[in-house]
Amino acid sequence: MDQFTLNLLVVGATFALYIGIAIWARAGSTAEFYAAGRGVNPIVNGMATGADWMSAASFISMAGIIAFGGYDTSAYLMGWTGGYVLLAMLLAPYLRKFGKFTVPEFIGDRFYSQTARTVAVICLIVASVTYVIGQMTGVGVAFSRFLEVDNATGLYIGAAIVFAYAVLGGMKGITYTQVAQYVVLIIAYTIPAIFISLQLTGNPLPPLGLFSDAKATGEPILTTLNGLMNDLGFGSYTDQKDTTLNMFLFTVSLMIGTAGLPHVIVRFFTVPTVKDARSSAGWALVFIALLYLTAPAVAAMARMNLINTVYPEGTQAAPLAYEARPDWVKNWEKTGLLTFEDKNGDGLIQYVADANANEFTVNRDIITLANPEIANLPGWVIALVAAGGLAAALSTAAGLLMAISSAVSHDLIKSQINPNISEKGELLSARIAMAVAIAVATYLGLNPPGFAAQTVALAFGLAAASIFPALMMGIFSKRINNKGAVAGMLAGLVVTIVYIFLHKGWFFIADTASFSDSDPLLFSIKSTSFGAIGALVNFVVAYVVSGATEDTPEEIQELVESIRIPRGAGAAVDH
Amino acid sequence: MADKSSSNAYWKANIKTIQVFLVIWFVCSFGFGILLRPMLAGIGIGGTDLGFWFAQQGSILVFLVLIFAYAARMNKLDKEHGVEE
Repeated sequence: MDQFTLNLLVVGATFALYIGIAIWARAGSTAEFYAAGRGVNPIVNGMATGADWMSAASFISMAGIIAFGGYDTSAYLMGWTGGYVLLAMLLAPYLRKFGKFTVPEFIGDRFYSQTARTVAVICLIVASVTYVIGQMTGVGVAFSRFLEVDNATGLYIGAAIVFAYAVLGGMKGITYTQVAQYVVLIIAYTIPAIFISLQLTGNPLPPLGLFSDAKATGEPILTTLNGLMNDLGFGSYTDQKDTTLNMFLFTVSLMIGTAGLPHVIVRFFTVPTVKDARSSAGWALVFIALLYLTAPAVAAMARMNLINTVYPEGTQAAPLAYEARPDWVKNWEKTGLLTFEDKNGDGLIQYVADANANEFTVNRDIITLANPEIANLPGWVIALVAAGGLAAALSTAAGLLMAISSAVSHDLIKSQINPNISEKGELLSARIAMAVAIAVATYLGLNPPGFAAQTVALAFGLAAASIFPALMMGIFSKRINNKGAVAGMLAGLVVTIVYIFLHKGWFFIADTASFSDSDPLLFSIKSTSFGAIGALVNFVVAYVVSGATEDTPEEIQELVESIRIPRGAGAAVDH
Repeated sequence: MADKSSSNAYWKANIKTIQVFLVIWFVCSFGFGILLRPMLAGIGIGGTDLGFWFAQQGSILVFLVLIFAYAARMNKLDKEHGVEE
């Protein structure tokens, strides 16, 4: 059986499983559509949160970014896990006690203002749509490879499937489907990593393999890799090349963005008790850590295999002839995501750091998917990775589309524009919102502002600057009033989005950018790191404006007191 | 319903717990992984230094311990202050 058929079979089988579960658990009422009836056990919820969380950015893109960025990109690893500590301690238990369905609902009630609720909806939509763009980039890469079509066609097919899938089930369908998706994606991620770790180091546990000796050289993997990379002019893998300032702010931005993303927070509304909300965050991180501890090993080993493929006789000898290139290079050439340009006409693949001499361009988003092919693993492993990548992208895209659609239908239309809307009308408007979001994301995904994980990092910056500070101040300060919260959210969102657009182009149209991340506007702060500054602006503005205006009303102070203690957390109420 | 003074004491204890945990959280990620990495350069691990390990793996393990420890501590505080569900 050829690889193409095998891919179709494995991917098809996993899809049939997800869709089967989605149909079986089809959402009946609006309450089920949003929050799964609140009967979800913390471990199951943690696993579903893991699937929801680990998107195309984590699965498809992150290891590739780390493989090329080395130590500098550690921010992705720390940022996308450290945020769970903040979630567990600063947000989840209190939001569960509050007991409503959506993030804008909390902000609207706590800051006793429909304006605050509307601003929260806008923040949520901006961050989520940006996030979906990153997902669509990943979906495009995965579909183009396994259907052997160009990247744009892969993206259109992927968008159609994501849409069909998100519309079918609500959250309830998604909770159980996501458990299945988690299982598929974690197996798909770890099996090739185990194979490769065994091949290179003899250690079957990739996280330990990363710090073990390479069989080929007898020296540690990282020493060997540093040597190869220095030979080609890339500099050591383990050295810091980025500025400390940017790395620090980037990590802050990803961490607090993690705790501010609505599709993750909403998961903690669905556990039965406040106690469960705390431990759910821990279980989510357990399942996430399985992938995140493996990722740095996948990254370093993929980089090593990539260099060894191009330089089979070692980096001191001549590189591989283009005519002798392995099948995986040919396969990825079809997608346009890997290219060879014979600049010096010698027919050999020069892969070096110097941009003028380098002839081999590899899109970072293909590394995880190409990894098993690069390591010559069996066909079923390659097919499994394709299925895992699609599971990751689909599950997150579906979760985000849910968050967007519930913000539009529940927080905007039902509560403000037309309170008398029927349940049917609400569901319909939710689905229209999904369709619009995915159309926008697909259009922008054709010319994305960065690799999947970088685009997603921008979404985190936006969530960090707008939603996280509002939620945190809403719980930990009684003094922040409606005016302060609205001014803070708007200030944080606006400065961050302007900074991003200045570097990535207005509305992500690349030729309208005035600065670039290699030479940013402020110090060495890249657009992906600016969310941390945006959050600071949000906090400061909210405090200053609240301090200058009237105190919060008595009943709001009582509301804050009541969400701080677990007692009395009943079932959540819809209003 | 818990009375006001006991819920105030509960909240104070919670804030204190959060502060301690956030210090550990910060030191093990931003500290050892980024800012203090040069100080840890002397401690080698598998071809690199301890700072690299914290940045790519160690911090994640610390985060896991922190969340479960916080959950356990809060469950205890909930009972002590009579505010459990």
